[in-house]
Amino acid sequence: MDEVDRRIVDTLQGGFPVCERPFAAAAAELAISEDDLIARIDRLLADGTLTRFGPLFDAEKMGGAFTLAAMQVPEPDFDRIAAQVNAFPEVAHNYARDHPLNMWFVIGTETPEAIDEVIGRIERASGLPVLAFPKEREFFVELKLPVRT
Amino acid sequence: MTANPPGVLLDRVLVRALQEGLPRVARPYHAVAERLGVAPEGVLARVRTLLASGAIRRIGVVPNHYRLGWAANGMSVWDVDDDEVDVLGDAVGALACVSHCYRRPRRLPQWRYNLFAMVHGHDRTEVETKLAQIAAVLGCAARAHDVLYSTRILKKTGLRFGG
Repeated sequence: MDEVDRRIVDTLQGGFPVCERPFAAAAAELAISEDDLIARIDRLLADGTLTRFGPLFDAEKMGGAFTLAAMQVPEPDFDRIAAQVNAFPEVAHNYARDHPLNMWFVIGTETPEAIDEVIGRIERASGLPVLAFPKEREFFVELKLPVRT
Repeated sequence: MTANPPGVLLDRVLVRALQEGLPRVARPYHAVAERLGVAPEGVLARVRTLLASGAIRRIGVVPNHYRLGWAANGMSVWDVDDDEVDVLGDAVGALACVSHCYRRPRRLPQWRYNLFAMVHGHDRTEVETKLAQIAAVLGCAARAHDVLYSTRILKKTGLRFGG
């Protein structure tokens, strides 16, 4: 990762232009060429520095729903259960955490009613109970993570 | 049941086309329009509308925070008096060190915590320092707390709609 890569990660976490040639517009701000910006984003995705590039949707405003959920998974079964949970397209993120509730994931669905249905399917597939933690209120924060070295 | 109005239908089609990410070509919105068989101006207009309404939170790169040097990711959880949690949640969310902050239900007896605040740090020592700032804001309204560090990303694909 060089200085230009760092500036891309720091400045392009939001505000990517919506126009005919958005890479050209964003590249001009970074004082690099359109082709260079596209190639760098491709490389940062391929090497795992970036997990995604594009729009981040608010599922609820799109008419859908999401919830945080957690499971207590016995350690010997952890990888097998993780693969089962991850196989659900409705599971967006999944993290292992150091707590008796050791698997925490986000479920997103097109309708609020589908959340309980997906939880039921995960419980049947895994044979383990799922605790749901839907957000009751979101407190405002600014989400931006600058590059640390 | 009534049919979806046409605008909603296009939004769903657009979401499905964009959830894998924006094409990395010179005219990405035009590429999406071509794939969907619609006019590029329509895609640009809908994306702008969705951004303005907040249905698209933002457009850009989503970094892997581990790779950026943010090695410690702590989900701090607090048991806060229900009468005070909304006022205190706003104060905790306003701290620069907190990247997400939510009120969520307790799940007794396994889970007593109702306020969740995500904190990132270079290492766990930095996270602990930030937790002290949260504790100071909450004062004695926080009856108990814990921090759950992530040890592995098992999946991070972003939100997907089925279908």
